[in-house]
Amino acid sequence: MSKVVEIQSVFAGYNGDIILNDVSIDIFDDDFIGVIGPNGGGKTTLLNVILGLIKPYKGSVKFCDDLKFGRNNKIGYLPQQNNIDKKFPITVKDVVLSGLIYGVGFLSRYSKQDKLKAEETLRKIGISDLSKYAIGELSGGQMQKVLLSRAIVSSPRLLILDEPNTFVDNQFEGELYEILNELNKEMAIIIVTHDVGTISSYVKTIACVNRTLHYHKSNIITEEQLASYNCPIKLITHGEVPHTVLKKHSH
Amino acid sequence: MISEFLQYKFITNSLLAGILASISCGIIGTYIVTRRMVFLSGGITHASFGGIGIGYFFGLNPIISAAIFGVLSALGIEFVSKKTEIREDSVIGILWSFGMALGIMFIFLTPGYAPNLMSYLFGSILTVSTLDIWMMFGLSLILIMIFILFFRIILFISYDQEYAKTHKIAVDLINYLLISLVALTIVLNIKVVGIILVISLLTIPQSIANLFTKNFKNIILISIVIGLIGAFLGLVISYKINIPSGASIIFSLVMIFIIAKLLQLLKRKINLNRQRI
Ligand SMILES: Nc1ncnc2c1ncn2[C@@H]1O[C@H](COP(=O)(O)OP(=O)(O)O)[C@@H](O)[C@H]1O
Ligand SMILES: [Mg+2]
Repeated sequence: MSKVVEIQSVFAGYNGDIILNDVSIDIFDDDFIGVIGPNGGGKTTLLNVILGLIKPYKGSVKFCDDLKFGRNNKIGYLPQQNNIDKKFPITVKDVVLSGLIYGVGFLSRYSKQDKLKAEETLRKIGISDLSKYAIGELSGGQMQKVLLSRAIVSSPRLLILDEPNTFVDNQFEGELYEILNELNKEMAIIIVTHDVGTISSYVKTIACVNRTLHYHKSNIITEEQLASYNCPIKLITHGEVPHTVLKKHSH
Repeated sequence: MISEFLQYKFITNSLLAGILASISCGIIGTYIVTRRMVFLSGGITHASFGGIGIGYFFGLNPIISAAIFGVLSALGIEFVSKKTEIREDSVIGILWSFGMALGIMFIFLTPGYAPNLMSYLFGSILTVSTLDIWMMFGLSLILIMIFILFFRIILFISYDQEYAKTHKIAVDLINYLLISLVALTIVLNIKVVGIILVISLLTIPQSIANLFTKNFKNIILISIVIGLIGAFLGLVISYKINIPSGASIIFSLVMIFIIAKLLQLLKRKINLNRQRI
């Protein structure tokens, strides 16, 4: 078990506003962290800090050497929303391959190795048959799988997913969690979700983000604990949830 | 007949111009269409008329002053829309009309008659100069080199620039570079089809190509071929019945588009019938 990212006393936000207030968390390479919190609480902002898309006002974000100096992209990312134009003329295979481009990347061709890597990734996610499809021909769930493939094609040490199940059906959700379980053997995973119930049976720990961060080092959490973490979320779930995982408020 | 046609220097010049226009418009047009920058390109086109007016007034080569003016407008639009709160389409609208206004002002202020004004508005492929050809040649060469060297990155940025940023790609820099090339392509092709019509040279071949392929690279290649056919047909028509080349080239391209669309419908119908049997 080695440390992948170390976040210490980070203050961050946009245009001088402070959204994240003194946030610290260590991420290890076998972690599977569920990030929960109210809308606008700063979950995406925290991910932006880890991804280096926004610079903290104060505090430090340290990466393990692998993440820092790797020529390849060692953080995989599935954004909350994508602005991808579905009519853009690009195939699934080329989308996945683009996950291998990092930095300047002068060469205009992918190596044989790159292509094998992309094929292997598509197989792992179970969408090899979509390889030659244009993205405009995909369903919402298929598109999410393609973007997940793009995120992991570079064999990242850390995979970050921002509400991957918002616009897709329940079937995709189930499949996604199974895939993530497998992937967690190879990489740390951080997943932001609203669906506290379902996610808690897959994640190992829970981070509650609402301007501040409270790290709950177990996947069992009660509403009282959430309230004390400044994260008032209702543990209402749809679908079947193991009782051992979700402790309901007891009167 | 062809050899008689080729005897005249202006015919060979205009053939060369047609070939080079097809290459540059095939490449840049695909970038514009797939990134939905058609309105932006319309803005740059009309803004560059300001450069033509300035050229007339100060006695410069209007294409060169338009190129400078066009590139600056393009960079301005990109900068203002990315770095300030002003909406991109509003910036485009403002520069679009401001460029036209400047152009009209300077042309009216220029003493005497403005020669060849019509050729800038409607195109005059039969009057392209050797300098024009060299500039178009240089542009095509630069475009080919950049699109070969940076193809993967251009494709990446074009389909998902937010994600490209997370991969530490110099998205802003490449956007500025490409928008400058868009402006140069527009301005250097003004002589061929004119300000009013240049946007169609950047969009019709791509729309035709897009009927047959959903692959970025193939759209570029097919667009170039279609552009060549359109330019050649247009050139012959322009020469035969003495009308501005811009009009005859666009007319030819639209005819090709209609024929291609009909062929596609016919093919679908045949496939459908086959499935029924
Ligand atoms: N690009 C941005 N510019 C300015 N403010 C932003 C930006 N993105 C998010 N915010 C603000 O930061 C706060 C936290 O947003 P976010 O991190 O997206 O929340 P969450 O992902 O938890 O729903 C919100 O109040 C939001 O309005
Ligand atoms: Mg969010």
